Amino acid sequence: MTDVSRRHFLQLGAATASALPFLRALPAHAQSGDVLVAVNGQTINSLDLHRTGTNRPSYQVAINCYDRLVSFGTKPSMGGGLEFDYSKVEPELAESWTVSDDGLILTFTLRDATFQDGSPVTAADVKWSFDRAVSLGGFPAVQMKAGGFTRPDQFAALDDKTFQITLDAPSKLAIPDLAVPIPFVINSKLAMANATDDDPWATEYLHLNTIGSGAFKVARWVPGEQLIYERNNDWASGPVPAYKRVVIREVPSAATRRAVIERGDAQISFNIPSKDALEMSDKMEVNSTPIANCINCVGLNTKFEPFQDSDVRKAVAYAIPYEAIFQAAAFGRGAPLWGEETERSEIAWPRRTGYVEDLDLARAHLAKSGYPDGFEVPFSISLNQLDWMEPTALLIQENLAKIGITVTIDKIPGADWRTASLVEKRLAFHLEGFGGWLDTPDYYFFWAYKDGHLFNSSNYRNDEIETLVDNTLHIPVDDPAYAPNVKRMFEIALDELPRIPLWQPALNVALNGASDYEFWFHRQLDVRPIKPA
Amino acid sequence: MTGTTQSHGFASHVGHVMRQNPVTMIAFGMLGLLVFCAVFGPALVPHDPLASGARILQPPSGEHWFGTDHLGRDVFSRVIVATRLDMVISVGAVALSFVAGAILGCAAGYWGGWPDAVISRGLDMIMAFPLFVLAMGIVAALGNTVENVIYATAVINTPFYARVVRAEVNIRREAGFVQAARLAGNSDLRIVALHIFPNALPPMMVQVSLNMGWAVLNAAGLSFIGLGVRPPTPEWGIMVAEGANYIISGEWWLAVFPGLWLMFAVFTFNLLGDGLRDIVDPRQRR
Amino acid sequence: MRARLVGARLLQAIPVVIGVVVITFVLTRALPGDPAVYFAGDAADEASIQQVREQLGLDAPLPQQFIRYVGDLLRGDWGNSLSTGQPVLSDLARRLPASLELTLIALLLSCAIAIPLGVMAATRPGSWRDHLCRVLVTAGVSLPTFFTGILLIYVFYYLLDIAPSPLGRLDFLYIEPAPVTGFYLIDSALAGDWDTFGGAARQLVLPAITMAIFTLAPIARMTRAAMLQALSSDFIRTARAAGLPRGRIVYGYALRNALLPVVTTLGMVFSFALGANVLVEKVFAWPGIGSYAVDALVASDYAAVQGFVLAMALLFVTLNLIIDLLYAVIDPRIGFDAT
Repeated sequence: MTDVSRRHFLQLGAATASALPFLRALPAHAQSGDVLVAVNGQTINSLDLHRTGTNRPSYQVAINCYDRLVSFGTKPSMGGGLEFDYSKVEPELAESWTVSDDGLILTFTLRDATFQDGSPVTAADVKWSFDRAVSLGGFPAVQMKAGGFTRPDQFAALDDKTFQITLDAPSKLAIPDLAVPIPFVINSKLAMANATDDDPWATEYLHLNTIGSGAFKVARWVPGEQLIYERNNDWASGPVPAYKRVVIREVPSAATRRAVIERGDAQISFNIPSKDALEMSDKMEVNSTPIANCINCVGLNTKFEPFQDSDVRKAVAYAIPYEAIFQAAAFGRGAPLWGEETERSEIAWPRRTGYVEDLDLARAHLAKSGYPDGFEVPFSISLNQLDWMEPTALLIQENLAKIGITVTIDKIPGADWRTASLVEKRLAFHLEGFGGWLDTPDYYFFWAYKDGHLFNSSNYRNDEIETLVDNTLHIPVDDPAYAPNVKRMFEIALDELPRIPLWQPALNVALNGASDYEFWFHRQLDVRPIKPA
Repeated sequence: MTGTTQSHGFASHVGHVMRQNPVTMIAFGMLGLLVFCAVFGPALVPHDPLASGARILQPPSGEHWFGTDHLGRDVFSRVIVATRLDMVISVGAVALSFVAGAILGCAAGYWGGWPDAVISRGLDMIMAFPLFVLAMGIVAALGNTVENVIYATAVINTPFYARVVRAEVNIRREAGFVQAARLAGNSDLRIVALHIFPNALPPMMVQVSLNMGWAVLNAAGLSFIGLGVRPPTPEWGIMVAEGANYIISGEWWLAVFPGLWLMFAVFTFNLLGDGLRDIVDPRQRR
Repeated sequence: MRARLVGARLLQAIPVVIGVVVITFVLTRALPGDPAVYFAGDAADEASIQQVREQLGLDAPLPQQFIRYVGDLLRGDWGNSLSTGQPVLSDLARRLPASLELTLIALLLSCAIAIPLGVMAATRPGSWRDHLCRVLVTAGVSLPTFFTGILLIYVFYYLLDIAPSPLGRLDFLYIEPAPVTGFYLIDSALAGDWDTFGGAARQLVLPAITMAIFTLAPIARMTRAAMLQALSSDFIRTARAAGLPRGRIVYGYALRNALLPVVTTLGMVFSFALGANVLVEKVFAWPGIGSYAVDALVASDYAAVQGFVLAMALLFVTLNLIIDLLYAVIDPRIGFDAT
């Protein structure tokens, strides 16, 4: 299509759309500066994060269309642009808040804000929304529990502008947990008007409608095709976004996404393969931010007999070709976690492990173990994460063959992966990439090293870790016991090695014609700060 | 083939067809090359097809004729070594569905009545499934092995043969030459096998030639979805599928060379189909 | 007579559809993986997974699940897809026309090229035209569709910039036509909106070519084979001997007789293409049912897989009926009393 005809259609489209009472299609071309086009590869399957079955890509709707009480600040990122700053909690819908001396009572004062239907945001709306988050069950309830919120009776609306939470025990995770996408504030009057006896929390209505006080609302949503945000010009909780409309287009093929962003027909391509990130970085702005509190690692299941032998685990750790994997699977994007160990006096996390590729050492450890002649083991990878898991698995397979361990690679379909790896924890040898939303090492250990916990796919159990995590999880970071406890956890984890850390993965985002991207722990596109370049 | 008593005549007929049609001769030559690669390829390739190397994503060179992939493996060696597996998959699947389709089609077309009703409805049922999704479902449910890929491919191809055979047999079951054979005291089985079925062979041969190619592509599609061939085993389809993602970024050799080789194989099967059709067509016999 | 015939074929279709429903149900339940775990979310614990399982009705024994499923079907409720969060029926209603439009356009294109090619090849078997035709169509079917698709995008969009961005059925510039049939070309033509018609047609070009290239071979090959057989048959020899004009023999008599296997092939190619254009849909971000089904299958999204297969089965039965009727028109030799 030539430029002339593009412009012609542009005018035509704009004229037609302005005549329409409701947005039926996108009138203007993206380059007009009012419209941002972002492409991603996944389907958004609900507008309601609290609903059963809502998938991860849908979280961005809660972020962009709703407000939370608080948010995190930002800081410059080593991956380019800005990233969230876990140490700074900032106001969003709450203007200010106080914490009682015993740490049990959190009192929030709301700012003057209105929902998109014009009604004011009140503490009753906040209470209803929080009640909903802990009552509907599923993942929202689990995440709320991490901050100590489990029951509706913990939440109270003291007056229109004052909202109070009573905790059962003080926790450093309580306030940060209010900044995650889950506790978003819903227009409760509108929701209740659309609730039924069978559906008291209006999940059917919220599934299809965004009724918040946030920066955008969803003007159109066609699952499998696109989602269109329209700006809320009266947004009170932050600066009004630069773009009037944002189109999130679903493009399953990574090659097509790359063609589209390079040609400039889209301004943002979210979560691109590391290889594309590397190659496109000289043509456009590419942010590769190492994901906070996230580690790609090899899991050694203790239910599999040879892996009960500490020397076998060490042999595997020394046989892994870390550098080759980091280059082949991540194209050098992210942060290496092998090699000379980070000083143990540091509590920085994730950290380097001290393990390197050393086949002689690996052979020596295997010779000392109960399996000097090696053994056979299936290595499981997820079909949905082949981009990094397959090259990693192939390189590990090749090196383990050199020390006498025979590995066969099993590709496990997406639906079965979580069941097999996390719920039943039956994969002997596998890859795992858990990342914690709340950025403290003890939070990672809570999920990944405690017996029976979801991301402990290795079935690891160590009594000292159990007590250490329980004693550390809720105490403040500046508590005198905190640093020694965390250091002891590192020591045990690195010596026992139920998980062998490989590298800290990066989230790659390409921008062509837009700027001011911010990385957030939830790994979703926050379109609010984005501006035309 | 049909009629062992005519074996001498058959051989001379094959020779005749070959001389008549040089393309068929070329096709048999190409098949010979493929079979040679399948049998001796793994012993002759210059590099270990599974060994990774430091030189990743290198364009074709004297050292690596078809370049190297994202793990530094030699694409040429992988393409050649994959010949054996792909031939096994396509020939296995097509042979299974050919035999099953011929038997079912003859039974349905010759006897009619309830056997026809049962078989036809059964075939309709298979064909009423979206075939690729049925193949996916079968492999996913039965387990992820090469054998299951072959079975799944055979199942989805069977109705194609059966329907062609049934239509041809149905048309001829009351034909003059059949009634003559019946009056001469031939058994039903003999009539179907020797007199009617050969007429269905020409269109079946066209199906065979197309299906050999489809079988490989089907396996490719399955590996693309992640079912079927287990890494790091080289297989053309999965190599093209993975390589296709590198086209936009400029590493064309990853998809193009396996693609060309795949094309060469499918092309061979096609040419062969025509030659076979001429060989088995009773009307072209002299 | 015709009405009775149609009635009889419809009756035959009933066991087919019932069989499909049963097999699909069993097949989806045989898939590995637990949808409750998959859809409970990233950090769900045992209790919340159990909660999801109960909500999905997956805690009941299989026969009971089946009875509930059939009961829902009879009431016209095809269930909800977990991966898109929509009722399956509305998903299909939106996506089926997208796939049908693409497949039909591709097949039309394919037939327009393949049938003349096949006839030409058959009238001069062994000539250079025959060989050229064979090389061309074989080249098309030898390449996986996703490869052809990405190649076309690379050349015509990325390098030459003469094709529109491969982002689904319409560029952002156009207004989606009011849904009547769901076919954008027809809907926009009905609305008299020729700009949108042009936009939708432009988006169709590359994916339709990709699909057409892939379907050339079966149609052209079958046309050639059937024509060869027809041309060597006795009645053609008789016609030749009688000195009828060549064009009339080829197109009037031979082609009419050759159409039988061609129509069979066409029907098969259609249902094959509709189910198999998954990868084309993925490459062109085409919101059709193929990619829907594969995503659903990988995610063990039972309702979506069942709905998709059932819809395809119904479509297939209809198509089959049409083909059988065409048979009766084309070839009076075939009898229906036998079936």
